[in-house]
Amino acid sequence: MLVFEKTSLAEEIEQLIEKYGNARSALLPILQEIQSKHRYISDYAQQEVARHLKIQPVEVYSVITFYAFLNSEPKGRNIVRICKTISCDMKNKISIVKAIERELGIKMGETTSDNKFTIEYTNCLGLCDEGPAMGINEQVFTKLTPESAVKHLHEVVG
Amino acid sequence: MEKRKDRDGKVLFSNYTLGEGVRKALSLSRDDILFEVKDSKLKGRGGAGFPVSTKWMLAAAAIADEKYVICNADEGEPGTFKDRVLLVEYPELVFEGMIIAGYAIGAKNGIVYLRGEYEYIRKSLEDFLVQMRKDNLLGKNILGKEGFDFDIEIFLGSAAYICGEETALIESLEGHRGEARNRPPYPVNTGFNGKPTSVNNVETLGCIPHIIIKGGEWYHDFGTEKSSGTKLFSVSGDCERPDVYEWEWGITINEMLEKVGAKNTKAVQIGGASGICVPKSQFDRKIAYEDIPTGGSIIIFDENRDMLKVLKNFMEFFVEESCGQCTPCRIGNSKLLEGVEMIENEEYTFAYLSKLKDLGKTMQVASKCGLGQSSPNSFLSILENFKDEIFYHEAGVENGK
Repeated sequence: MLVFEKTSLAEEIEQLIEKYGNARSALLPILQEIQSKHRYISDYAQQEVARHLKIQPVEVYSVITFYAFLNSEPKGRNIVRICKTISCDMKNKISIVKAIERELGIKMGETTSDNKFTIEYTNCLGLCDEGPAMGINEQVFTKLTPESAVKHLHEVVG
Repeated sequence: MEKRKDRDGKVLFSNYTLGEGVRKALSLSRDDILFEVKDSKLKGRGGAGFPVSTKWMLAAAAIADEKYVICNADEGEPGTFKDRVLLVEYPELVFEGMIIAGYAIGAKNGIVYLRGEYEYIRKSLEDFLVQMRKDNLLGKNILGKEGFDFDIEIFLGSAAYICGEETALIESLEGHRGEARNRPPYPVNTGFNGKPTSVNNVETLGCIPHIIIKGGEWYHDFGTEKSSGTKLFSVSGDCERPDVYEWEWGITINEMLEKVGAKNTKAVQIGGASGICVPKSQFDRKIAYEDIPTGGSIIIFDENRDMLKVLKNFMEFFVEESCGQCTPCRIGNSKLLEGVEMIENEEYTFAYLSKLKDLGKTMQVASKCGLGQSSPNSFLSILENFKDEIFYHEAGVENGK
């Protein structure tokens, strides 16, 4: 990580501490904001958050690894999550997966070389009546067809 | 997703005017509210079915400088989406239920624990809270009631099924891994930040304003003797009209299938992945605490579905979602999934499968929380109810060759 990147990340974390405080219960909201901006929480960010909250960095790491939507490894700028749980599975989610894999030229769990997309499976999104469903970042898309799923991908990045 | 649909129901989906429930509640004493809820015989709608009045009375009796009301919106059970519909279409019921809970137990703080997957609902909920503050339904001296202050904040989860368990949810709120705590002590005494806390499901809280306005007696007239009231059902799978429905407790599976336009149904999974799978021969059974209890997830399978694949999907879910702190659940679910794969590859022996069934029963008693206690349910019920289909292929490809 470059020095100026570190400085700007440190400033960003200071602002988050101002916003949420430095109690332990502020940990998740802080991590969520870092995740949503950078799509992952780097070692340096983990250490900075730990320092402010007066806990060990490993505590922060253990929390990140527990939650499916927090990552300690870099991901693409847009995270596409396709529901694999039973109701979406029965609505032929595999056809959506294949279409997206073909379109982006990567397999599930991978990131495109231009770093635009990471695609992965997720457990039940709570959209079982409108399956197959997927999330792109914080948005959700329902009643997908292979064609509409790919269209949404392009719309999100503009 | 469209906003409010035209929905039809006797309690939650009936007409309601914002503020009505809180206004009526504030004209009553705290004890009156607790007794009204007791009369309604309302039980927790998340799935566990604990009597709401008992939870509230314990929290009300606890002595502390601060107390909390937490709305459990970490709806993660496969096939469940009723809380999403309530939060999108009827947020006033849920928030007012929290305010009334706060008044009844003496809490000033309410927290909605919203699952990470529902982040897109957060904005509309927060806008609604702003409006409620303007209307003095939240804030200080609510609706002019001297000394009653209450406010609600929204806390976002980060995708972990286990956080629907109330003590895991509290751990998560406190900034930890969502691992279930030992109980006792129960959250009603030692909850969020060590303070008395009532954790209630979205739907449970949504029923409260109606119960306060129309009375506990009115509410328990719906449903059966042991299961009072109505229930929201999240119906998905093989049917013409998957949706959320409000029906009285005691409805039979057959009646339900007819209402949603399900044809050639082979099996119905009741209670999501942690529930049980009911075969056609038992479709006259009732959905009620005394027969088949459920948090409302109904997944329908028609004749073309392969029940072993369904089971595999469920077991993969539990292997991923087990929090890993207790051995029966962490190892047990992996072993059950392995068993399903053995059946799939025809590498099983019945002797080993019977050991796995014993393991499942051990998990039901030895796991620390509800996840491991209920995750073997689908394994046990699918292997029992669909054994002919899974182990014996009457029309096997090698017949007569």
